[in-house]
Parts: sequence; structure tokens; C-alpha cells
Amino acid sequence: MSGTVIEARGLTKAYKGRNVVDGINLTVKQGEVLGLLGPNGAGKTTTILMLMGLTEANAGSVRLLDKDPLRDPLAVKQAAGYLPDAVGFYDSLTARENLAFTARLAGFADVDASGRIGQALGRVRLDGVADRKVGTFSRGMRQRLGLAELLMRDCQIMILDEPTSGLDPQSTEELLGFIADFANEGRTVLVSSHLLDVVQTVCTRVALFNRGRIGFVGTLAELAAKVGGDALEIDLEAESFDAAARLSNLNGVDAVIGGDRRWRISASRDLRPEIAARVVESGGRLIALDAHRIGLGEAYNRYFRENSNAA
Amino acid sequence: MRREGSPFKGTWTIALKEAADHITSARMHLVMVLVLLTAIGSAYGAIELLRQNADQDAFLFLKLMTGAREPLPSFASFMGFLIPLVAIALGFDAVNGEFSRRTMSRILAQPIYRDAVLFGKFLGGLLVLGIALMTLWLLLTGLGILLLGLPPSSDALVRGLAYLVATLAYAGVWLALAIALSTIVHAPATSALAALSIWLVVSVFWSITAPLLAQWIAPVDPLVPMSVITQFEIQQAIARLSPGTLYGEMTQLLLDPSARTLGPIFIEQLHGAVIGAPLPTMQSILLVWPQFSGMIAAMLVLFTLAYVVFQRQEVRA
Repeated sequence: MSGTVIEARGLTKAYKGRNVVDGINLTVKQGEVLGLLGPNGAGKTTTILMLMGLTEANAGSVRLLDKDPLRDPLAVKQAAGYLPDAVGFYDSLTARENLAFTARLAGFADVDASGRIGQALGRVRLDGVADRKVGTFSRGMRQRLGLAELLMRDCQIMILDEPTSGLDPQSTEELLGFIADFANEGRTVLVSSHLLDVVQTVCTRVALFNRGRIGFVGTLAELAAKVGGDALEIDLEAESFDAAARLSNLNGVDAVIGGDRRWRISASRDLRPEIAARVVESGGRLIALDAHRIGLGEAYNRYFRENSNAA
Repeated sequence: MRREGSPFKGTWTIALKEAADHITSARMHLVMVLVLLTAIGSAYGAIELLRQNADQDAFLFLKLMTGAREPLPSFASFMGFLIPLVAIALGFDAVNGEFSRRTMSRILAQPIYRDAVLFGKFLGGLLVLGIALMTLWLLLTGLGILLLGLPPSSDALVRGLAYLVATLAYAGVWLALAIALSTIVHAPATSALAALSIWLVVSVFWSITAPLLAQWIAPVDPLVPMSVITQFEIQQAIARLSPGTLYGEMTQLLLDPSARTLGPIFIEQLHGAVIGAPLPTMQSILLVWPQFSGMIAAMLVLFTLAYVVFQRQEVRA
């Protein structure tokens, strides 16, 4: 169950002299759900295209199921399915006809294909609209049809590029459910997204992309430990009080942001009593004081904030 | 680097899907209605003409295609003008249309090579053009049999079929051009306009430009009689850069058995010749062979251009 299915070494791709992907190393094991996270333009899609052999890398190598996607593209593309960002289908064909076309391209006999298509459409709950033109489909239905295509081809590796972008919460939830099911069947899934909160429930590991590099690969717990630690965020609301001046010298305070009446204080431990005391001492009026542990989403945002400051 | 697997896997699937798309598309229906109406109009005119001076012509059926009654031009010249339009309608968004529908990356992620996509698109277009031309030719022949009350001679049939093949090659050139433009230009509307502009230049303005260019390159010297011939030959060479000219010459030689040459003839060459005597069909076909080869070559060059650009294109364009 734990063989390596994708291995990338030193992948680099330059467009117009600028390195869009800059020396990426990535190893994915069978049955994993790996989240490729990062802001738009961080190089996620380019990396995916290189993994699939749809774009030639300037440097580095890829092994997908121990095959080179550039040398043996047909075998790689047979085993690995790619669902592009905002996938398009032929609007004038029905869902079933669209899948029948790709089934023929994949080399399935028509008899075999019709069974596979029916099954796949049933699994993504599109069997009711299988004979409707795709032109009438909503975005969520198109994404599900894209998943059905990968299911129909029985891809062992599924690479989904921004599958949840532009979907409403219910459709997103449904889509993530399908992804979790695929992983349970032993398929390997790569999901790219610019939102961590969305995919964190299904990912076993995440890779954070930033400016063409992978800054971090690991489980969500590792990410939280690395970025957040035991840190707390304390929201303070007070009147006639200058938090920036009066709190920054307090032991344990990392940063004070905000101004006027509301501040957010990053602290390494619970400082609420001390803060309250300072406010009262300086004659301010304390209105609200609230502490919470930083969430993964915040850790993720903070990761990118720190990295863009450093760069 | 040697790659595994056949580059043609899936070509036929794509070709058939393209053909099915074309045949059911409103665009193709519109263009074909236009072609059909003009074809019937000109053929009807030709039949009227034939009835008025019904002579003992052995090639009555060919006259169906070349005969013209004012103000309508003949069927053959209509074809020369309209076939490019049909081919452009089939090909102008072949590649960039897939990009704008966002289907290209999905198709390329299927277990096929890129080659199959382009080959399939070209074959699919050619298949539809072939079906359309065959239908037109059969309709015309049927109309001829009905209204003239005569079956076509075997010579007329062979010549008609040769003309059909020539027309398909001509259509192939325009299809290759349209596909090449759809690969190079990103917006389908722009590639359609570019293809139509080239069509206008080639079919309307090129015949005006060729003599001007020839005059400029080889002016006639009144003291050297041969310079007239040099100029004519240069003009002909320039004109033949246009597939329209090549097609016109092929039409003329294939559909008119008495046509023997396209270049200048000297009086002594006519010595002993019976003016107006028909040429054997094989001889006519031999005469158009260079034109036919030129047409195939143009098609290959344009397709290769499309192929090279397409192979280097980024998927996320």
C-alpha cells in the first residue's frame, strides 16, 4: 500500500527567463491525498503539467509509477488522470457522449465503456442527467463529470487542479467526499487549491508552494507545529488606551496589530490577565478581551505572510 | 529521445467526432445551403444553355459544370470561389476553439499523443468536405440525367471524378490553411478573419497583382520579341503561387477536353493539329499533374506549419 507512485526531482520550468517552478522535489506514496497549496501563480499548475508530461521541464526528472511522462506518455496518461482547472466539455454533446468520446480515446471497447460510463456517472450522482447536453450543466456538475471521467478510466492517480474553485459550499463538501472515497479505494489523489481550509479535511499531507518552490511538505499537525506552535491570538477592544505603546514591552507579546479601538495581539502564552491589568492601570476602558489558538488557516496565511516578508 | 507508443492512437476517434460535429453544426448547414443554392442555380443555367443549342457534343455532361449563362458564372468557377469558404468554416477554430472551450488540456491529458489531435482534426474536416463534394457531384449528375435525358459517357465520368479529386485537394489546401491559422492565432474570430482575408486576396486580388508584378520584374522590350514571352511566363509563375490559379487551370484542363495547354503556343506548334479535337482523358490528367502536385505540396507545407506550432504550444495558453 505504501509504494512511491510519484517522484519529482529538481523540477524547474522557466517562462520568458523567469523560473515559474524552481527546483521542486516531491514524493507521493500510494493512497495519499496530497494537497498542493499556495497562492495563484505559485507554480502549482505548472508542476502538475510537468508531472503529467503535458509540459516539458527545463531541468529535473519525474517518475510516475516508475515511468517517465515524457518518454512513455501514453502509459503515464493511462494510469494518471488530470482534471484541469475549470474543466471544459463539449457543450453540444450529452454527459454520456462526452465520456464515450474519452473512453474511445482511452481505447476501451464500446460495450465495456457503456458499463463503465453508467457506473461512473452513478457514483458522482449524475445518472439522472446523463443524457442532457453538458451546455446546461452547472459548474459543480461539470466538476463531477470530470471526476466521473477519471473514475470511468479507473485512474490510479488523480490529479485535480483547483477542483473546488467557484463551487458553492454544498458542492464543495460533496466533491471532497468523493475525493475521500477515492483515497479509501487506494487511489492516490493530488488536489491543488489556494485555500487550505477547504481541502484540509481530506488531505493526508500538504505541500506549500511559494514563488515556484515548495516551502513545506508534511502533515497538517506538522504544519501547525512549525508555524503556530503554542501561539495564541488575543483580540482586544478598549477605549482611551494605546495598545501599541503600552503592550509591546510586555513579556510574551510577539506583535500588536490594529489600532484605534481594536487590536490583535500575537502572544506566546495566555496574557489576558496582564493585558486587562494594563488597560485598567492606564485608565482605559476595557470592552472585550478574547484569546484563541490560531487555526490551520491562520497558520497557513501566516506562513505565506512570513515568507513574502522574507523575500 | 525515443517515445513509446503510436502517435496515431486515437486519430480516427477524433476524426470521426470532428466529422460528426461538423455535420451537425449550424455553421456547416449555412455554408452548405449557400453552396447548394449556387450550384443548382448555375447548373440550371447551364442546362438551359445546352437545350438552346443542343449540338452533338460528346462531352455534354462536362458542359454542365463549365457552361455559364449570363449573369451567372459556371458551376466550376463557383466551386473555385466557394470551396475555400466551406473549408475555412470547417477549420478556422479547430485548435484555438478547443482552448477557448477549455477542452484542450483535458483532451491532451487522455492517453493519446498531440499528433492524433491535429491529424484527427484535419482528417475529420477532409472527410466532411469529401462527403459534401461527392454529394454535390452526384446531385449535379442526377440533375443532368433528368433534364437532359442522357446518361454521361464513361470519359465524362472519369473526368468528372478527376475534377472531384482535384477539388478535394483544393479544399484540403484551404482546410490546412485554416487549421494553421487556428493554431497560430489565439482568438477564433481573429483566425477566421485572417483566413477570409487571405481568401479574398488570393481569389480576387491576386489575378490583378500578378501582371503588375510581372511588368515590374520583366518589362517588355519592344526590340526583343522574346521579352513578351518572358513576361508572360513570369506572370504565370507568380499567378500560380495562388491555389486558386492552380485550381482554375486544373478545372479548365479536366473539364474541357479540347484544352491542350495553358502556356503560349506558337503557330508552328499547331502544325498538323486539328483545332478543337478532344484530348484523351489520360492526357488531360497528365497535363494537370504538376498543378495537382503543387496543390498537395501546399497542403503539406501548411499542415506542417500547423503541426510544428501546435507541438510547441503550451497547454495552458
